[in-house]
Order: sequence, then structure tokens, then C-alpha cells
Amino acid sequence: MSEPEAPSAPSSSQLFWIFTRIALTSFGGGLSGWLLREFVQNRKWMTQEEFLNGLSISQALPGVNVKNMAVWIGYRLLGWRGAIIGFVGIIVPPAIVIVLLGTLFSSLSRYPLTHVALTGAAAAAVGLSLSMGITAARAVPRNAFPIAIMAATFVAVALLHWPLFWVVLAAGFVSVAYAYARAS
Amino acid sequence: MSDDPHNSLLLSLLAVFAPLSLVTIGGGQSAIADINRQVVDVHQWMTQAQFVDAFAISRMAPGPGSLLVTLIGWQVAGFWGAVVSTVAIFGPTTFLIYAVAHMWSRNSGARWKRALETGLRPVAAGMILAATYVLLQAIDGGWFARAVAFASTATLLWTRVNPLLLIGAGVAIFIGLHAMNLV
Repeated sequence: MSEPEAPSAPSSSQLFWIFTRIALTSFGGGLSGWLLREFVQNRKWMTQEEFLNGLSISQALPGVNVKNMAVWIGYRLLGWRGAIIGFVGIIVPPAIVIVLLGTLFSSLSRYPLTHVALTGAAAAAVGLSLSMGITAARAVPRNAFPIAIMAATFVAVALLHWPLFWVVLAAGFVSVAYAYARAS
Repeated sequence: MSDDPHNSLLLSLLAVFAPLSLVTIGGGQSAIADINRQVVDVHQWMTQAQFVDAFAISRMAPGPGSLLVTLIGWQVAGFWGAVVSTVAIFGPTTFLIYAVAHMWSRNSGARWKRALETGLRPVAAGMILAATYVLLQAIDGGWFARAVAFASTATLLWTRVNPLLLIGAGVAIFIGLHAMNLV
């Protein structure tokens, strides 16, 4: 275990405001890019290698990537206090915003145009989801086994409506075991 | 405690979202198909139309997309519903990443790390595509909605446009279609 080797550690409130600002100004992805710029390039609080280690772990483990990343960065910089600051800073302010937005839209729900507008927004957002799915599918190794795992996961969740928890547990176990056996 | 219907509702929110937390590999996006199934079909907390509206709002709002769950909790059970759902969807994986950050040392377990990364990739891709499929089925507006969705996909794959602009365009297109009595 190595202690953080940052040139100068940030203060708690500094850390909190950086996470809050990134959370509130980020829409639909690109967050890790902002975190990299803020923590590695601008302020040099951590090395790029340390950052990228955290990023790959954040992506491999379950949980929202950016939240995992905030907890990771917070922990590296300020220990358990930093981890809590990362979690609260990245989750609570946008949680308040989404509840306010939801309340606003539900007070407008008696107008049919509200639902029309939200349908248009949802249609464009499904496109966002599909583009992420395509990007994720492109990153899958071009071998029969991983592709079969991807297809089986899709069929089980989308067409058969099996509970996600058990699908992921089973597919994840088989797939990771296969990758481990091949890695050596 | 479970005698009170509000408390038992909070417990069901916790029971639904906490296990889903642990399977959100590759981001919260992947669990949306199952959240939809649980909230609309299994527990009937919302109609399908309300769910799609909440999904749209969650994409317009800043921050992680999984805050959709916070909004669902709020609409289903008010303030405590929002708090319980947020803790349930984000809490378990936070302990997990905390534990890993705590134990991490740079040079050990490289094979495990690679196996986890490459092994979980196809599962995550399958889940995100499934979520997309389910949402495409659920959305109102028929082929117009699908056309907007596919156009938005193509734009995102080939340009670096801000996704929020696309969502604004989707809203504008649908209001236009509504004005022409097409949706």
C-alpha cells in the first residue's frame, strides 16, 4: 500500500467543490475526461498511471463509473474522508437537481405537450444508450466465446426478461473464468 | 416496522435496488432494462409512460444516469423514498470500490485485473444493448421515435456533439410533429 504522493494534498472543501462542479456540469458522459484534466493535468494531485489504474478498476467493478472514480480519487488523496467527500460531492447535488426537475415536470404533466416533449427527449436519449451499447460491443474481443456471452446476456435480459442479478452473476462468472484461463 | 405501508414500501425499494447496484457493470446504463421491469411490471409503482418520462428527465439532468432511481424513489415514496433508493443503488458498490482502493497495490493481481476487465466487457455490452432494446419497445411515438433514436445514435457515433443538444433536438422535433398532428 502506497500513501498518496501528491505534491500538495487538496483540502476537504476544495475536493468537495471540484466533484460537485464536475457532477453538475456533466451531461451524458465524458466525466472521466474532466476528472483527468482536473486531478492529473491541471493540479497534478495524482499521476496519470495512478489515475488510469483507478479508471480501469472503476469500469471493471460494478457501480456507476464516475461515482467509483470519485471514491477512488477521494481515497487516494484524503483517505476515508476523501472517499466520503467524493461520494457525497458527485451524488447529492445532482440528486437534488433531478428531484427538482421531476417535480417541475410533474407539475406540468396536465399539459399534453409535456409528455410529447419528454417522448422526444427520451427518443434522443435512447439513441445515446444505443451508441454506448455499440461502443461497448466494439470493445468486446472478436472471438466466438465473448460474442456468445454478449448475445446470451442480451437474449436473457431483453427477450426472456430473466432477472438481471442472476444473469450477470452467471454470465459474469463464466466469462471472467474464461478470460482468466486465457490470460496467463 | 413493516406494518406501516410506507415503511414496507421503503423496504421494497431497498430490496429492489440494492441487488441491482451490484450488477451495474459498465455503468448504471446496464441495469435500466431490469429497473424498468421491476418498477413497471413486478411492483407496478409506475406506468410505462411515467417510467419513460422519468428516464427522459434523468438523461436531461446532470450527474450519473443512475439518479433515475432517485427520481423513481421520490415519485413512489417521497423524500425518504428518494434517500433510500439512492443509498440502495449507490451504496453497495461504494463499499466495494472503497475496499479495492484500500487493498490496491500496483503490481499484484495483474492477471485478475485483466480477466475482470475483459471478462465483464461482453456482459456489460449485452446489458446495455438489452436496455436499449427494452426502451425502444417502451417508447411512444412509434417509428418517429425510433427514427429520432437512430439519428441520435449515428450523430453520437460520428461526431463529438454535446448529447444535451441532441436531447434538445429530440424535444424540438417532437413538438414540431405534435404541431403537425403526427404524434
